[in-house]
Amino acid sequence: MVAGESGLGKSTLINSLFLTDLYKDRKLLNAEERINQTVEIIKHTVDIEEKGVKLKLTIVDTPGFGDAVNNTESWKAITDYIDQQFEQYFRDESGLNRKNIQDNRVHCCLYFIPPFGHGLRPVDVEFMKALQDKVNVVPLISKADCLTPAEMRKMKDRVREEIEKFGIKVYQFPDCDSDEDEEFKQQDRELKESTPFAVIGSNTIVEVKGQRVRGRLYPWGIVEVENQSHCDFVKLRTMLIRSHMHDLKDITCDVHYENYRAQCIQQMTSKLTQDNRVESPIPILPLSTPDVETEKLIKMKDEELRRMQEMLQKMQQQMHEQDL
Amino acid sequence: MCLDTELCEQPASFAMIFCSEEMRTLSLNGHVGFDSLPDQLVSKSVSQGFSFNILCVGETGIGKSTLMSTLFNTSFENEEASHFQNEVHLRPRTYNLQESNVDLQLTIVDTVGFGDQVNKEESYKPIVDYIDAQFENFLEEELKIKRSLYNYHDSRIHICLYFIAPTGHSLKSLDLVTMKKLDSKVNVIPIIAKADTISKSELQKFKIKIMSELVSNGVQIYQFPTDDEAVAEINSSMNAHLPFAVIGSSEEVKIGNKMVRARQYPWGVVQVENESHCDFVKLREMLIRVNMLDLREQTHARHYELYRRCKLEEMGFKDTDPDSEPFSLQETYVAKRREFIGELQLKEEQMRQMFVNKVKETEAELKEKERELHERFEMLKRTHQEEKRNLEEKRRDLEEEMNTFNRRKVAAETLQSLQGSSAIKKDKEKKT
Repeated sequence: MVAGESGLGKSTLINSLFLTDLYKDRKLLNAEERINQTVEIIKHTVDIEEKGVKLKLTIVDTPGFGDAVNNTESWKAITDYIDQQFEQYFRDESGLNRKNIQDNRVHCCLYFIPPFGHGLRPVDVEFMKALQDKVNVVPLISKADCLTPAEMRKMKDRVREEIEKFGIKVYQFPDCDSDEDEEFKQQDRELKESTPFAVIGSNTIVEVKGQRVRGRLYPWGIVEVENQSHCDFVKLRTMLIRSHMHDLKDITCDVHYENYRAQCIQQMTSKLTQDNRVESPIPILPLSTPDVETEKLIKMKDEELRRMQEMLQKMQQQMHEQDL
Repeated sequence: MCLDTELCEQPASFAMIFCSEEMRTLSLNGHVGFDSLPDQLVSKSVSQGFSFNILCVGETGIGKSTLMSTLFNTSFENEEASHFQNEVHLRPRTYNLQESNVDLQLTIVDTVGFGDQVNKEESYKPIVDYIDAQFENFLEEELKIKRSLYNYHDSRIHICLYFIAPTGHSLKSLDLVTMKKLDSKVNVIPIIAKADTISKSELQKFKIKIMSELVSNGVQIYQFPTDDEAVAEINSSMNAHLPFAVIGSSEEVKIGNKMVRARQYPWGVVQVENESHCDFVKLREMLIRVNMLDLREQTHARHYELYRRCKLEEMGFKDTDPDSEPFSLQETYVAKRREFIGELQLKEEQMRQMFVNKVKETEAELKEKERELHERFEMLKRTHQEEKRNLEEKRRDLEEEMNTFNRRKVAAETLQSLQGSSAIKKDKEKKT
């Protein structure tokens, strides 16, 4: 999933990451149309193959996030979507035929932080806090060609500080085993120290020293996307696709999904003990939205029961008094 | 000086012809010397000094302070603002600059916290309020009885630089809303900040998109004036480059053998004053070297006049009567005063009424209370009397009992004494 304000280079980055062109015919909204924009969720699914290994990639885009003038609750649509995917998986898992479960759960959320400010903004903090328990949040500093190396270091330190200050739980790289070789450990350390990654995306190919690479052409120089000294794009790609893809999936499965499942089941059982309806069978699947009609019926029956109980009590009392 | 009263009563056009006939152009026979008037003006203005007020509107961290430092080639010390302000507030700072014996009193007003809140619907209000407040101050000074406009420090905003974030797509919704609110109050010049993020081709598209959005939404940004021939050409060519894409820098880098303001990247060096890198030089030219005076005049002649007109109309002043005869200010004043006194009297009446009502109410309450007290008193008296009667009865009963008891006692005593005496008699009889 990619999230962030418009114009931060999300689509360009996705294209660069997977070397495809997903966003060919996009229609961008004008400013006046965006004043009261609501957040939409758009899914793009591609099947890519490399050396016989197939990957079904789903990119979930969130156009409209942060665009409106009033952005309170703009992350609700996104959290709802993530919950929906979890719910879908939950039902599939508890169903009868479990062979072909499609895993549509969101494994990773790339959050784009604008480089124009001095660090995190309130909307960034709120969004990441809302999502930290549902999905692996990977913050990125977008459009990194806006900051000089010194400014970049300051910005990264700032963002890391603020993440700690606000207690945001972003995705942490797993520590490598102690019996791995030094080079690997070194790589791992470097990786961890350069979070959040500062990335640049590009849709155009430029020629640098006889080579054709993805880059951005400026009058004062050429920024190469895959040059490690220019930006952290390579690190991000390595992390996302080559080394940590499995870890992201595992954490989604083991941590976030289990949290959701536990919460769900707890909710179900607490509802049951409230209702006192022992005669009904324990539902296996959580009924997320019971029909309005059945709810009404249930309420009516509850009322009747209560009334009958009261009458019973009264009669008992009367009998008691009569006995006396 | 003109004509006698008879002629003045004739229709205005007639008098006009007379007047124009009076003014004839004559040629001079020698050098008089009033061609030094412009020089006198210049020396007076220089000694008086100039004031210029800039308002910078833009998100936190977008480079407002850096650009100001670059523009005026000094460093205005400004701490970085935090992103977590609850609302927008404005921070005016005044500096005195001097360049070859011309004094400039520069006021830079910064918007702190703009664009940071989650709900930005009220973001434009503090800015509009500030601008209006400056106009209000000036208006007040103008309307004072003892005024000193000569020495008045003009704090009205002459220009608003609106910093657009370089997303590359279009304006943000917040930008559009804010600029619409500001365009009728101040000269707005939009600029694209941090322009080193956008490549040349993207920049072209971005500028066109921005201008078309501004036009389609009816936002009136400041156009450089093209009436004065001296600057018309350069101004009209600059108008085509709006909005300017600028870069600011507080650091200097050595290029060739000069130290220039620039930003150093691993892939190259962006020079601020290089025309092919960004439009900074254009902005400086336009803003300071060519059109500064025009900006001040526009502020006074257009924006301030608009404000003044609205304000005075609000207060009830009109230029023409319903009968479309020119109103004199004096009559308006007198009429207003009468109105005001009338209102005051009404209010007085109302207050008096209220007072009287209140008095009546309290009187009624007091009477009620009196009556109640009376009643209670009566009741108490009655109970008291009853009790007294009861007590009397009881006393009488008690007395009767006592009497009966006494009688019995007496009777018993006499009986005893009789018995006693009879016993003695018996004894006596026995003895004899």
